[in-house]
Amino acid sequence: MKAPPFAYRRVASVAAASALLREHGDGARLIAGGQTLLATLGMRLSEPSLLIDIRGIAEMQGIAVTGGHLRIGALARHVDVERSALVAQHLPLLSLAAPHVAHAAIRNRGTFGGSIAFADPAAEWPACAVAADAALVLSDGTTSRTVEAADFFLGLYQTDLRPDELITAVRFPLPGRHRRFAFTELARRHGDYATVGLALAGDWVEGRLHDPRIVYFGVGGTPVRAVAAEAALAGGRAEPETLERAVAELGGELSPSGDLYTSAATKLHLAGVLLRRGIQSLIPGEGQT
Amino acid sequence: MNKIAPHPAATTVEPFVGRGVSRPNARRLVEGRGTYVDDVELPRMVHVAYLRSPHAHARILRIDAAAALDLPGVVAVVDGRQLAETCAPFVGTLSHLAGMRSPPQHAMAVDRACWQGEAVVAVVAQTRAEAEDALQAIQVEWEVLPAVTRMDSALEPGTPVIHPDLGSNLCFHREIDSGGVDAVFAAADVVVEETYEFGRHTGVTLEPRSVLADFNPAERRLTVHHSHQAPHMMGDLYARLMGIPEADVRVLCKDVGGSFGLKVHAYADDFATVALSVLLGRPVKFVADRLESFVTDIHAREHRVKARLALTRDGRFLGFDIADLTGVGPYSMYPRTSAVEGNQVINLCGGPYDHPHYRATLDVVFQNKVQTSQYRGVGHPVACAVTEGIVDLAAATLGIDPLELRRRNLMADDSFPRKGASGILLESLSHQRCLARLEEMVDFAALRRDQAERRARGIHRGIGIAVLIELTNPGAAFYGTGGARIASQDGATVRLDPTGIVHCASGVGEQGQGTETIFAQIVADEVGVPMDRVRVLTGDTAATPYGGGTWASRGAGIGGEAVLQASRQLRANLLEFAAVHLELPVERLRIAGGAVIDTAEGVPLMDVAELGRLAHFRPDLLPAGFQPELVVTRHYAQRDYPFIFTNGIQVSHVEVDVETGVVTLLKHWVVEDCGRVINPLLVDEQIRGAVVQGLGGVLFEECLYDENGLLRNGSMADYLVPMAGEMPDIEVAHVETPTRSSELGAKGAGEAGTAGAPAAVMNAINDALRPFAVRLTSQPITPEKILRALHPHLAD
Amino acid sequence: MTDKILVNMTVNGMVCERWIEPRLHLGDFLREELGLKGTHLGCEHGVCGACTVVVDDEIVRSCLTLAVQADGAMVETIEGKSESGALRDLQDAFLERNALQCGFCTAGLLLTADALLQAEPEADRARIRDHISGNYCRCTGYHAVVDAIETVGRQRRSGGRGHRHE
Repeated sequence: MKAPPFAYRRVASVAAASALLREHGDGARLIAGGQTLLATLGMRLSEPSLLIDIRGIAEMQGIAVTGGHLRIGALARHVDVERSALVAQHLPLLSLAAPHVAHAAIRNRGTFGGSIAFADPAAEWPACAVAADAALVLSDGTTSRTVEAADFFLGLYQTDLRPDELITAVRFPLPGRHRRFAFTELARRHGDYATVGLALAGDWVEGRLHDPRIVYFGVGGTPVRAVAAEAALAGGRAEPETLERAVAELGGELSPSGDLYTSAATKLHLAGVLLRRGIQSLIPGEGQT
Repeated sequence: MNKIAPHPAATTVEPFVGRGVSRPNARRLVEGRGTYVDDVELPRMVHVAYLRSPHAHARILRIDAAAALDLPGVVAVVDGRQLAETCAPFVGTLSHLAGMRSPPQHAMAVDRACWQGEAVVAVVAQTRAEAEDALQAIQVEWEVLPAVTRMDSALEPGTPVIHPDLGSNLCFHREIDSGGVDAVFAAADVVVEETYEFGRHTGVTLEPRSVLADFNPAERRLTVHHSHQAPHMMGDLYARLMGIPEADVRVLCKDVGGSFGLKVHAYADDFATVALSVLLGRPVKFVADRLESFVTDIHAREHRVKARLALTRDGRFLGFDIADLTGVGPYSMYPRTSAVEGNQVINLCGGPYDHPHYRATLDVVFQNKVQTSQYRGVGHPVACAVTEGIVDLAAATLGIDPLELRRRNLMADDSFPRKGASGILLESLSHQRCLARLEEMVDFAALRRDQAERRARGIHRGIGIAVLIELTNPGAAFYGTGGARIASQDGATVRLDPTGIVHCASGVGEQGQGTETIFAQIVADEVGVPMDRVRVLTGDTAATPYGGGTWASRGAGIGGEAVLQASRQLRANLLEFAAVHLELPVERLRIAGGAVIDTAEGVPLMDVAELGRLAHFRPDLLPAGFQPELVVTRHYAQRDYPFIFTNGIQVSHVEVDVETGVVTLLKHWVVEDCGRVINPLLVDEQIRGAVVQGLGGVLFEECLYDENGLLRNGSMADYLVPMAGEMPDIEVAHVETPTRSSELGAKGAGEAGTAGAPAAVMNAINDALRPFAVRLTSQPITPEKILRALHPHLAD
Repeated sequence: MTDKILVNMTVNGMVCERWIEPRLHLGDFLREELGLKGTHLGCEHGVCGACTVVVDDEIVRSCLTLAVQADGAMVETIEGKSESGALRDLQDAFLERNALQCGFCTAGLLLTADALLQAEPEADRARIRDHISGNYCRCTGYHAVVDAIETVGRQRRSGGRGHRHE
């Protein structure tokens, strides 16, 4: 199982990567951690003529808080997110999700931006980005634009990324002090891609849930925000009847496809289970506010 | 006379057999210094990659490989027809499986491919990558033929017949009937009936199948480095199919990276690779990559078994009625066939229990899927799950505690030797003692209290029991009587070297289970030397006595007995030698701790190394006419019974999340009677490993096919092998009933774990779900299946 | 256009320079170019963990790392870690506990276990199981592997060789 031949170039700037993408068109692929790409090359599922190694682009590195945002450079590795004190402090959703991303050796190499750009529908980071209202910074080295994560994922492995663009960073607005997060995922074995997963966010103020985000993964071609379920919960106390109303709404807004081991109907059922459990862990227990 | 300082171990030497000594030969493995086949590089070595059929069943209309020949590094491109000139076809049948049929199979497809994955064209190149590059330049024109995928319709009139010459898709049919079964069932107080399904799974050795064939045309000798369990068998097959005298074939098996039965077979790829080396006159290496492993390694266990059990009102078993249907791929696997698994299912169902009546039928059918054959447990996991599943159903029906129902029906320990109702001969089992040992280990009352208390809180835990028997130490009944040239005997050669080292060579190989270690323990005890003075060699047909190899849990029991016998004779020879040299009566001498000891005075007289030195370098000092014999070979074949059965019990404790269908394995207990335990450290983890393979089978592993016969989950990411996170701690205890068929007394231990674990877990899941009045009987028991059972609307 | 590229890396303390095809993954580079056969390829698509090596002090899958991407890196394999004695306690524990059978997965498991114990010598059985889940072992039941790692964690905590990261 050996990869087909390809050329390899390292670049040090977004502009250089973008220029090579324009020059080589479909034949070129970006490589950062390569944790998905190299497996597909070994299987000869794709045969690029050129790999552009972007790991050396300085502006895509790092995790920092700037201008009211938590900025995660696209080249930050999963392990960097997992271990980041800034992330734990400001966006614990990502800290909760990180241990679910494959296994330690993969997390040491795979990148945050790479996972979002690849947009696997069962991956954790795209759903987290949507749930935390992230914006993606896209650039071709000359022009930069910002796209809401919610608008970025267009379909199965399809994104708003143009052929010569790179995700350079992901910007998360710093959540207010009432913002809470929860993350829950079912997989056949720990570390596998999710059967169904759920990223949750919401403000818990005086016993009521406001502005919730309910974002599923593994149930469609993209992360799926369950807007009607959010509406059912918004402003309420998340008591059992409300929660059941929200769960009932899922049938109308999720249309999962079955995968190898789980049927569409079961995925929908599991989405309801995860919502009940996720909300339980989102809202504080008795005596907390 | 040489007086030596008293050897510290000379007076009291604790035997090595029975001790959990660690493996002296494993240090190289933890330091990355093993030698697996892919680690071997030879001069002028080239690599082969096979173009494999993308279709389950298709006629080859045309192969255009011209472009491939021009690519960099390519040495040869060979198709099945060309290769058939070097390698004869082969047929996977055994004559004692009466009526069994299978057509001739070629090393690579000729005219037609019969499963997705069958090799069609070989590309030999300087590197594996270049060979793979060239595969892409080969065009094959296919006529896709209808594929037979479902076993339940394989024999129906409308289904295409894969091999028209055979007239049907039936490979093998067998019936066992003790008589009177219909009458017993009609008159019984209670009859329970259930159907059990078993998904296909596969072995997934971490080291893929690997062959490095090295044919030297100058001397017409073939050397094959092979990751395999049965080197002598392969040497014989290579010789006969390639037309090379067997004496000129050498098979080497150094480190083998997992085998589990998967590497006991002769694969078409093996023959093709060897034939290419013969054709090209240079070393050719084939290491299966993981994707081709999934479509070429044998699969196993695709069974559907209908079972009925008749009982009296007070829970006495009257009879079992079994019907097994199994699908085995398009050709019966060579040379051990694909019918043995089903054959064992019907031999073994009901096996632990006392019941007068038994009837079973077996249908083995051809399909256009990967060939199935023996994989760890071979029929036992199926038979055990069927038996123990229906026993639990009976217990629930009668309202009798499952443990109690078993207690009432297990064959009594004092009833052996005896026959089982299916006709199997059982030498000596210990079901009752194992049950008693289990009850010391597992506090069933506490588990039941915990279950009731949690159930009230909506947490569903279950306890599942599985009693099993396992056939080990086979005699010639397995293969030899069926005409296969697979040795049931094994030999051991033990010799004293000039330096006092005792060297042992055995036909049974090392796959990591610790064969070489236990042989060293036996040699040490039986010759009377410390273990660090023993060296063991296995895995080389040029240097070891002819033997069957490692399979059917025979290594310790058969190979070990040969080692024991050879070692005892060597000790006798050494004592005789010492007596002559020391001019003392032989009765006064013994050997312990590496020294010859005067039993009268309790003092060491000489080191055995001195005997080695004298024999080799100073024969002039020995009396005229006396010749010391320091090399002894002994063979052993177990001829008292067709098999020596073992027995054991397992218990699984699980929690089922009834909302998600997720099963959490909390704990697993094993009581095993493998006869004499040679090394508890090794046998315990071997049992645990076997349990985990069983746990994989019952919860995770299945080769999923689509309706066109294409494998849907043929990658390591999609085929779910058990990982550490989901596996429980496993407690192991032993009851020892040594077999009287050998002096060593060891029975096999390698497969019982796999045999019992699926049944235990299935029963535990069903125990957990009792409040919901559902039963899961289709393995693997996935969350999906559990949820569909609990929420019927999901099954629509 | 798929010309060979010059890479320079430090493998087990030795600097090595090779012209290689970009498509060569690090596992094949170590095995084929350097003859370091202790790194085993079990699946070549990043799932089984047998090919785990250490790159710049972190465990990675050598089959999911291009050798050209390791240019300038410090690579350590089971051979180097064995010679330096860095894994001696784990290796001894694996042997004593019989935490290996065929040995094919063992190098990867040892390196993975060492990475855990360097960061968390106090890891409990559940944490150990979770951490080594990316490393398949088909022979043992994992139980002995967990035992061995747990034992070494205890040893390292009690003074032996605790060297915490960070």
